[in-house]
Amino acid sequence: MPSFTPLITVTVLCVLLCALASPMPSTAQERPYIVTYDHYLEEPGNLEIEYFSTFGTQRGGNDFHAFWVEFEYGATAWWTTELYLDGQTTFHDSTLFTGFRWENRLRPLKHEHFINPVLYMEYENKNGADKIRKEVEGLDVESDFLTPNSEARKEHVHELEFKLILSSTVKGWNFAENIIAAKNLSNNPWEFGYALGASRPLALRASAHRCTFCRENFSAGVEMYGGLGDRYNFGLRNTSQYLAPVAAWYLPSGWTVRVSPGFGLNDNSHRLLLRWGISREFSGFGEMIAHFFRSGR
Amino acid sequence: MRPDLIAFCASVVFLGISLAVTQQKEAAAKVSKSDPSVYAELNKVPEKARVRRNPMETDPDAVAAGRNLFERHCAECHGDTAEGGRKAPSLRAEEVQNSTAGAIFWILSNGVVRRGMPVWSKLPEPQRWQLVTYIKSLGVRLTQPANPSLPKADLTPLTAPASPPH
Repeated sequence: MPSFTPLITVTVLCVLLCALASPMPSTAQERPYIVTYDHYLEEPGNLEIEYFSTFGTQRGGNDFHAFWVEFEYGATAWWTTELYLDGQTTFHDSTLFTGFRWENRLRPLKHEHFINPVLYMEYENKNGADKIRKEVEGLDVESDFLTPNSEARKEHVHELEFKLILSSTVKGWNFAENIIAAKNLSNNPWEFGYALGASRPLALRASAHRCTFCRENFSAGVEMYGGLGDRYNFGLRNTSQYLAPVAAWYLPSGWTVRVSPGFGLNDNSHRLLLRWGISREFSGFGEMIAHFFRSGR
Repeated sequence: MRPDLIAFCASVVFLGISLAVTQQKEAAAKVSKSDPSVYAELNKVPEKARVRRNPMETDPDAVAAGRNLFERHCAECHGDTAEGGRKAPSLRAEEVQNSTAGAIFWILSNGVVRRGMPVWSKLPEPQRWQLVTYIKSLGVRLTQPANPSLPKADLTPLTAPASPPH
């Protein structure tokens, strides 16, 4: 998608400039998951900018480095909306922008419950070279990623994805389950997948002093995710499955660093998906944009 | 123009509009410190939650730890000294200070989602109690009759850890 590049660059620069001009960074103490979602949404009016990287091994082909940028905005306390920009580098091949996604998460219940549901809807507009593996669904297996970028990029994918996010927090532990249903709009069958996660901060009490390396600034856990086939072949057969320890470090300056080495659990999976990400949340972004729109009238 | 380009532009425009609309709504519903209805949620706290004791009440570090947590997570809406901000009400108000620790803990844990207060159960329970201890400590000055030199509602920032309420 070569014509996209200037547009994407301008958009990213505008949002980054707006975020940097917003009043102050803040910290949200999010979970360390990279694939799994819990039921906590972005604080209203805040913008979180995240960059994630995935290094993946590829048997029979070239290893790759996929990356994405997320702009996550808390529209209200019950609605978070997010824009993703994806890209990838396949070693000894090429680097390319692979598409965008627009995601919305809605919290239907007013109060906290033992199990908290969140509804997730996403529109994906990407090409066949997309390798971010943000979610694994259907019958996608490692060998699907052998196609050279020059060929894979010719395939255009318009996809709708729905998730039911169920999440509980008990005695500091968070348990999250995501049930995924995705529909390629070009008349492909519904595909299914899942993601499970459990995590806990290393300390439950906060220290009396601000500190960088206090245990409460670290969170660790594990996530497991994979495909569940499609409408005609439901189940684990011919799917890829991953198990990934996750860890996060919340710096007092407002930055969050996440790391997650994911290991393939069967022969259909990449042996290693090494992920890491860095994010920062900016408060007051929405007010600034609203002010901009008001003053423009 | 390519359909995917149109879709991308439409998404960005929609995102911008949704940003503006929601923020304008929030600005229109700007929190008024004198409006008692912003504290009405405190009256809806279930009795079982209201009577819960604060296990951090006697912890000597709880106020300082709570203040750290407040600065990181709450100050952006409630103001640096909890006197209230554009988006959230004062926590020094009588309605909050006269509430039980259990009621404040319940509001923290459940949020007031329809009014923009997020759910804070993402913080572990001991940290939420530390926050409650800090918030309740802000009321100490409001109820100190022994020192008449202090104004009744002293909104100056606390520069040293205050004693937990007795």
